[in-house]
Amino acid sequence: MAVDLPLPRVGPAADLAPQPIKVVLNWGRRYSLWVFNFGLACCAIEFIAASMARHDFMRLGVIPFAPGPRQADLMVVSGTVTDKMAPAVRRLYDQMPEPKYVISFGACSNSGGPYWDSYSVTKGVDTVIPVDVYVPGCPPRPEALLQGILRLQEKIAAESLSTKGIRAKYAGHRLASAGELTRGLVRKPAKQDEAGGHG
Amino acid sequence: MPPAHGRAARRRPAATSRHAPAQVARLPSVSPYVVVAAVVLVGLLLFVAAMGARALLAPRAPTHAKLKTYESGVDPVGQGWAQTQIRYFVYAFLYVIFAVDAVYLFPWALVIRSSGLGVASLVEIGVFIGVLLVGLAHAARRGLLRWF
Repeated sequence: MAVDLPLPRVGPAADLAPQPIKVVLNWGRRYSLWVFNFGLACCAIEFIAASMARHDFMRLGVIPFAPGPRQADLMVVSGTVTDKMAPAVRRLYDQMPEPKYVISFGACSNSGGPYWDSYSVTKGVDTVIPVDVYVPGCPPRPEALLQGILRLQEKIAAESLSTKGIRAKYAGHRLASAGELTRGLVRKPAKQDEAGGHG
Repeated sequence: MPPAHGRAARRRPAATSRHAPAQVARLPSVSPYVVVAAVVLVGLLLFVAAMGARALLAPRAPTHAKLKTYESGVDPVGQGWAQTQIRYFVYAFLYVIFAVDAVYLFPWALVIRSSGLGVASLVEIGVFIGVLLVGLAHAARRGLLRWF
């Protein structure tokens, strides 16, 4: 069933395209980032603030609130990713068209944040999908997201898509399904230290 | 501002009278069908150019998850055919009585005074409302109009 999928590749002319064409393509990609907001917690409010008139990331070419994953270039994971949500995050990331980018916005999606020791919180969204830019903060200010977008645009300007590179990027998880991210219930630890209080 | 308006208003008729005759004289020489065909051709060329550039340049990495139909992030459950509890028929029934009749009554009320319609349409609408009233009586008899 998995065998009939064609291998990942760039278009036949893209490997042969001269440098100016690649520059133009990267220029188009970096200044037209349709963003798919995965608003999962309070960081989503900061994301919305960044999209509004005062901070206005549309001046950077970031177009917010794409109607669906298939129209998005950039996913901003803003908020606490839980183990129950992780398969959905992964599925929607899989459905975005290449080239696709991810900004992890805030401490929770970077590492689990203040809930890192919760039984249900994913320890960073980069355990689920590849992340391009991490924006620190709890929650980060909208300016921090603007800086993250600028860093991502620098990264896009410097990248050169090739069949070899894209195969290396997707080699690990092409055939995986979102269901493989589900995790069983976490059991209570066998031995508990009653004397040591919570820090 | 008003003087500028006045000047523009005064100048515009003069400009059209000076330039329009040349255009009017040239346009009929091309058949409108040729114009339509040219627009269609340019549209097709634009489409082919855009899709061709995409096919030649865009990266592609299909996965099974990407080829799935639904974009909700959740796998669909069950089949396309599903059974509905028959008691919800009541809502459809009352909806037809109270809402769908307005679709006919309001347009009819707009044209009732025109000479072509008249008594015949009044009788027809009377029959229509009579049928609705039978339905309403049935709903009342079954106790569907009670508040508690």
